[in-house]
Amino acid sequence: MINLAGRDILHSWGKFAFTGIGLGLLIGATLTMAGVYRGMVDDAKVLLTNSGADLWVVQKDTLGPYAESSSLHDDVYRSILGMPGVAQAANVTYLTMQVRRGDNDVRAMVVGFEPGQPGEPGYLTAGRQITRSHYEAVADVKTGFQLGERIKIRRHEYTVVGLTRRMVSSGGDPMVFIPLKDAQEAQFLKDNDAILNERARTAANPGLNRPGVPGLLEAIQASQASNRNVNAVLVRVRDGETPDEVAAGIRRWKHLQAYTRAQMEEILVAKLIATSAKQIGMFLVILAIVSAAIVAFIIYTMTLGKIREIAVLKLIGTRSRTIAGMILQQALGLGLIGFVVGKIAATFWAPAFPKYVLLETGDALRGFIAVMLICALASTLAIRAALRVDPATAIGG
Amino acid sequence: MKFSIPVPASGSALVRSRGFWLSVLLLALLLAFGVIVARSGPLAPTRVTVAKVGEGAITPALFGIGTIEARRAYLIGPTTAGRVLRVLVDVGDRVKAGQLLAEMDPVDLDERITALDASLARAGNAVTASEAQRRDAEARNQLAGINARRYKDLGDKKFVSSSAVEAKLQEEISARAGLNAAEANLSAARQDTLRLGAERDGLRQQRGNVRLLAPSDGVITARDAEPGSTVVAGQAVLRLIEPASLWVKTRFDQGRSAGLALGLPAEIALRSDPARALSGKVVRVDLLSDSVTEERIAQIAFDTLPEGISLGELAEVTLKLPTIEAKFLVPNASIKRRGEQVGVWVHRSGAAHFVVVKPGKASLGGQVEIVDGLGEGDQVIVHSEREITADSRLKVVESLAGAGK
Repeated sequence: MINLAGRDILHSWGKFAFTGIGLGLLIGATLTMAGVYRGMVDDAKVLLTNSGADLWVVQKDTLGPYAESSSLHDDVYRSILGMPGVAQAANVTYLTMQVRRGDNDVRAMVVGFEPGQPGEPGYLTAGRQITRSHYEAVADVKTGFQLGERIKIRRHEYTVVGLTRRMVSSGGDPMVFIPLKDAQEAQFLKDNDAILNERARTAANPGLNRPGVPGLLEAIQASQASNRNVNAVLVRVRDGETPDEVAAGIRRWKHLQAYTRAQMEEILVAKLIATSAKQIGMFLVILAIVSAAIVAFIIYTMTLGKIREIAVLKLIGTRSRTIAGMILQQALGLGLIGFVVGKIAATFWAPAFPKYVLLETGDALRGFIAVMLICALASTLAIRAALRVDPATAIGG
Repeated sequence: MKFSIPVPASGSALVRSRGFWLSVLLLALLLAFGVIVARSGPLAPTRVTVAKVGEGAITPALFGIGTIEARRAYLIGPTTAGRVLRVLVDVGDRVKAGQLLAEMDPVDLDERITALDASLARAGNAVTASEAQRRDAEARNQLAGINARRYKDLGDKKFVSSSAVEAKLQEEISARAGLNAAEANLSAARQDTLRLGAERDGLRQQRGNVRLLAPSDGVITARDAEPGSTVVAGQAVLRLIEPASLWVKTRFDQGRSAGLALGLPAEIALRSDPARALSGKVVRVDLLSDSVTEERIAQIAFDTLPEGISLGELAEVTLKLPTIEAKFLVPNASIKRRGEQVGVWVHRSGAAHFVVVKPGKASLGGQVEIVDGLGEGDQVIVHSEREITADSRLKVVESLAGAGK
């Protein structure tokens, strides 16, 4: 038996192919939107994974260090190391800022970490880890920095010695890793004008600049220029200990806040990126509905365009099942081409997005099933119209 | 049942060529789809670079930053509160040891010296007067002695009454007492002179003390007070350093200071001229380490002092430790931490195996000696696109994206 659908497609294959490709681009846009949403959530999760920590210890009553600002003294980690169940504890600072390279600058999250401790970049794609205790940096490739390049953070120049990948803040800004002491300085060091202003202001205060007490002013000014704070302490618990118990101990005895991985994910996904993720999610829903409607209308109008030929088929006594099969096969074929084109298109343009677009296989499968279902549903509309056609139209025109 | 959808007149050849093109299009689509499925998503392999565990020499090094300071710096100021009278030198002036640098206002010191000089002169006159009095008393004493002896003889021969003899004897005793008193007066007057002389010398020394002298050859680095300003005891009027004693006070992270020792050769890069490497060596390792910043402190002296360096300038110091021969060297990017274990991913027959290792010394260039855990000819995974797990599918490549320059 001749495949009716195939013959019909061959008859007007150009129209069919271009409709398929157009539909594919629409499906590609929908898949990309899903990818943007997944990418946002993944950015938040990858931030937690990359820190390599089991617990985040932050200032009491804050949701730090990512969702809220948190400030701890940098010797807190020593007392945390003494808690039962703690294997490693390390200071870390996070600061989103502009990193200068030559004449332009890149928005990046500057991470201050201690080598060999949690917070260190877990893997590199080029170069080496930091070996000097100052003025070296490991950067995410998204920053565009090259190995050996000099970048400027505040007043100091850093040499890029290593590159890494997928190390981003929850906002998608690429990370730049620098030694902790430099980061502490970068976080709190003001520019020279501000420092001079501050000195002058202190010197003008008669209480701090007493004529009879030499050295007092200098001591006060020195204490103003130094910083002994960090944003969080990353804790790795001993093998076999449960993070929840260790966190409870720290919360109770150290008067600090400690979050486990699950709590941190909750903070990041449910609080930090909730609004923007919902925004994207809303748009995704609308785009999916619009795509479905367009697919349905395309198939419906395609069938209506062939109404004369169908009337002829009916006239010569073709069974309804054959006609219905033809329409259904065409609809499914269109959906298949659309999906394949969409998937290819989405994969091709996803890397061009400034932020991470995560195309999940699960999403693609769900998308495929949805496209096929919509095509099948839409074809029933078209089949109804086709079956109700009067064979006389073939002759009557 | 046979039917035909109406087709254009040109017939089946056209249909065949259309069919051909359509299948080409479909095939291309499927091919592209296949490539995408294989290259991205869960089926895609993780691209990695590997390095053979090598034998070689590494030079471990310590890196620290410091500031240029003077080993000997002097704060020159008065020992008592006072007003600055004049300052004779300015910042940058080279001075010699003993040179007058500044002077404090002596207020009434000169007048007090003049007064004491006058007192001394008067005391000298008092001595002369006492001397004369003593001589007078002595003469009286002698006369009284002769008279007493004479009257005693006459009394023995009964020429004079015994009361006259007693009167003369009493005169003699009084004259001796007068002589004693005159001698004591003279001695007191001499001591007074001595006291006044000592007082005057003390005042002269105080007068000298308001003159601020250079304790050593050096360069003035600061002029903190101007003539007319009041300073308290111990406050600096001028600051002086010995330029030949400049060194770099360097701080090394305690965690990476193993091997810090006296005499290690150092390479110093000044912030003003980072491209120029200056040589020096460790001349002091402080016993006290900074417990707040967790840093050790060492002083690095220049081999030859460079021209035009400034105090307080930032310097980067690299200390070269003795070169060691290592049997197994790996890049530090390959060292990973899993839980409490430190290890490397060894690439063996297309799969990754986590091997626990014991790292030893490391060089600043990123080479790490492996003391234990690796064998001859092992290949370790250095770079990877993502975190590796034991069941990652791997694809070894020359270099990953972004390797750049």
